[in-house]
Amino acid sequence: MKTIRLPARIENLESFTRFLSEFLLANGFSGERVQEIELAAEEALVNVIRYAYPEKSGDLEIRCRAEGDGALTMEFEDSGVEFDPTSLPDPDLKLSISEREIGGLGVFLIRKMVNEVRHRREGDRNILTFVVRKKRGD
Amino acid sequence: MEIITKKEKGAVVVLLNGKLDAGSSPELEKEIEKLLTDGEKHLILDLAELGYISSAGLRVILAGSKKLKNNQGTLYVSSLGSMVREVFEVSGFSSIIPIFPSSDEALKKLG
Repeated sequence: MKTIRLPARIENLESFTRFLSEFLLANGFSGERVQEIELAAEEALVNVIRYAYPEKSGDLEIRCRAEGDGALTMEFEDSGVEFDPTSLPDPDLKLSISEREIGGLGVFLIRKMVNEVRHRREGDRNILTFVVRKKRGD
Repeated sequence: MEIITKKEKGAVVVLLNGKLDAGSSPELEKEIEKLLTDGEKHLILDLAELGYISSAGLRVILAGSKKLKNNQGTLYVSSLGSMVREVFEVSGFSSIIPIFPSSDEALKKLG
């Protein structure tokens, strides 16, 4: 298992995504698939960076593991405000420019780009889990 | 991310080079704001050199589109690479933001 833990700040976004890209590439994921997963990861990371710690700063830890069946598990953990991103509804894709809302896309993109996404709360921690496979639809 | 703007035939072509993500999207937001303040009404975002876009980038593009639309202006995008096109399609943006194969085609449409 590979782990990274840094303060949840926008300056660290690149370090987090680079860590994930390297892990994915080392496990044989294609460049294109890595970009899809990196997009989902960015959405999850930015949510924590923006909303988890309103009063003080806090850390974000990512743990990556290969599951042996070709799938990889990534856990994003923070000890911030309780928040389950999987509870948010999908945006309405059929709305026009004027009707379309500015927000709501991040979690939707996560769902589209990773194979499984789950949230759980453990004590004072939020844990968001991605299960990723080499192909988006698998 | 690098932003290069070029005035062409009554429009501004905005060339983005690099990644449009949560870190860099405020720069594009500022640039669009500046162009609007300067009175520009027609923007073409040329994404030929853009390899990556996240929801932060889509958000800035949508906000820009809304502002321009409210001012009887237009925002087009052109030259989408495969990853950016995929994100546009999955998010439904390809149905609401006009997409062109090149900035020249987009300029032609503006007449």
